Amino acid sequence: MNALYSLLFVFLLVLIPLFGVDAAHMKTIFGVCIPITAFIIFLLGFIYKVVNWGRSAVPFRIPTTGGQFKSFDPVLFKQNKYDCPQTGAQTFVRMVLEVFAFRSLFRNTEASLHETKGGPVVAYKSSKWLWLFAITFHYSFFIIALRHLRLFLEPVPFFVNGLEFVDGLLQIGAPTMYLADIGLVAGVLLLLGRRMINPRVNYISYVSDYFPLFLILAIALSGVYMRYFAMVDVIAIKELTMGLVTFNYHIPETIDVSFFVHVFLVSVLMVYFPFSKLMHLPGVFLSPTRNMPNDTRAKHHVNPWNDPNIKAHSYADYEKHFGPAMAEAGLPLDNPENAGAEEKA
Amino acid sequence: MKMHYGAPIIVGLVIFVGALCAPFVVGMAVTKTYKQPELKMPANEKECVESKEFMREKHMQLLNDWRDWALRDGKRIYTNHAGKEFTISLQNTCMKCHISKADFCDKCHTDAGVSPYCWDCHIQPEGLK
Ligand code: HEC
Ligand code: HEC
Ligand code: HEC
Repeated sequence: MNALYSLLFVFLLVLIPLFGVDAAHMKTIFGVCIPITAFIIFLLGFIYKVVNWGRSAVPFRIPTTGGQFKSFDPVLFKQNKYDCPQTGAQTFVRMVLEVFAFRSLFRNTEASLHETKGGPVVAYKSSKWLWLFAITFHYSFFIIALRHLRLFLEPVPFFVNGLEFVDGLLQIGAPTMYLADIGLVAGVLLLLGRRMINPRVNYISYVSDYFPLFLILAIALSGVYMRYFAMVDVIAIKELTMGLVTFNYHIPETIDVSFFVHVFLVSVLMVYFPFSKLMHLPGVFLSPTRNMPNDTRAKHHVNPWNDPNIKAHSYADYEKHFGPAMAEAGLPLDNPENAGAEEKA
Repeated sequence: MKMHYGAPIIVGLVIFVGALCAPFVVGMAVTKTYKQPELKMPANEKECVESKEFMREKHMQLLNDWRDWALRDGKRIYTNHAGKEFTISLQNTCMKCHISKADFCDKCHTDAGVSPYCWDCHIQPEGLK
């Protein structure tokens, strides 16, 4: 049901620009006003969320580790530097691997139940599918986003041209098929399929899980449709997009409606982004379980959010304070003298 | 409540927002105003193989079809929608009218950030690269 609602909602979203541009001729609204507003909402929402996270308390060192801590015998038990980082540099490497290679997903395991003569047995095995789908999806998305710079920069910088060349390396058809287009559509479909087919994942999936996937699928398909099927006038579109970045708005007449559908869907994504699970983009950098060195046994950490007016109360002081009451209740005392502490005082 | 790990978070935010806004800065400082490239049109011809709109948007598809028809089906004559016949050839048909690659094809392609690989083998009107 959740998947169906999301799909229907995305269909509705596609209809809005179709009617708005084709029937109502609101090209300026769909070509300039909506994307600019969406971009501003995206930026402000993004900053607001990240600053809000930055202001919340992180009282403890809570890195999650997956390897051997630095031990008394480094020959016998070698420290696992990047799964149990203990210095800033090691943590940095861990973060780089996490962000660029999705290392923690690579360690994903799958539990299964097996009937044996001695009763049921649980088995765990490495499961790399999620990692594969995710990395295909994210890198394709990133490459496609970068390639779009050809529409927003003049002159087109060298790395965008280089990317265009590498992405079209197979030189299939004209316009050349881009590998990242295939990667993105395949990646989304696989992630969607996983959610719908795997019963355990399906059970915990909400509209907020399906909707971004369907939305991104719709964006990808509208882009593919524009480039390979409708073959929109790229030069006219560049005139529009360059108008946006030079604040000199102009909408050429020849642009196909599929472009406005594409832009509207991207605008929806930008508005939705700061308020959704997609905020894992900055979130991965701000995860205290990832970005802190695991050095609690080497260094003394004081909670920076502690109220300085509340002084520490050591056990020795505590026993002095409550000694008589503890003795009366028959509790053991480290220092038997404390039992009569109050009478003396 | 103060931001205890504020410095790296703010630096990260500034980099991210800066990267997203860079096209606006480049647009204002370098490009200023963008105009569609001016193409050098054939002097003594009035019409292209197909309509102007079709050529602007779908010339790559046409070329792709031409290539397949000529080399796979052995069909070397193309009849356009008006019934006029053209020899299927990139160098001898397109480039006979569009006598300069640099002032015509490349103008658009540089702006669109594409570099068709056709000229790895085909010879452009200006001669070999
Ligand atoms: C009106 C501008 C314009 C002119 C003039 C033009 N092109 Fe293009 N051409 C484009 C655009 C824009 C693309 C890229 C379309 C895309 O990326 O979806 C393109 C793509 C191509 C492609 C496919 C390249 C690829 O890697 O995808 C070929 C081949 C091509 N053009 C050939 C030519 C030839 C040959 C000429 C000169 C006779 C020419 N074009 C003139 C705008 C133009
Ligand atoms: C008979 C001469 C002739 C031939 C052959 C020819 N063209 Fe053209 N082409 C023209 C003329 C003339 C125009 C301008 C049409 C107009 O303004 O209505 C034009 C326009 C174009 C445009 C649109 C440019 C723009 O933005 O105004 C493209 C792209 C193009 N031609 C590509 C090609 C390609 C690719 C071929 C080969 C398949 C080709 N032409 C063959 C004469 C020719
Ligand atoms: C690997 C080298 C090579 C590349 C790259 C190449 N071609 Fe060709 N092309 C050939 C050869 C060889 C022929 C055969 C010539 C003949 O039999 O007339 C040919 C023929 C053609 C023909 C039909 C006949 C003629 O004389 O033009 C077309 C159209 C054509 N190519 C278009 C393209 C386009 C468009 C591109 C770029 C997207 C391209 N080619 C890239 C080698 C190449």
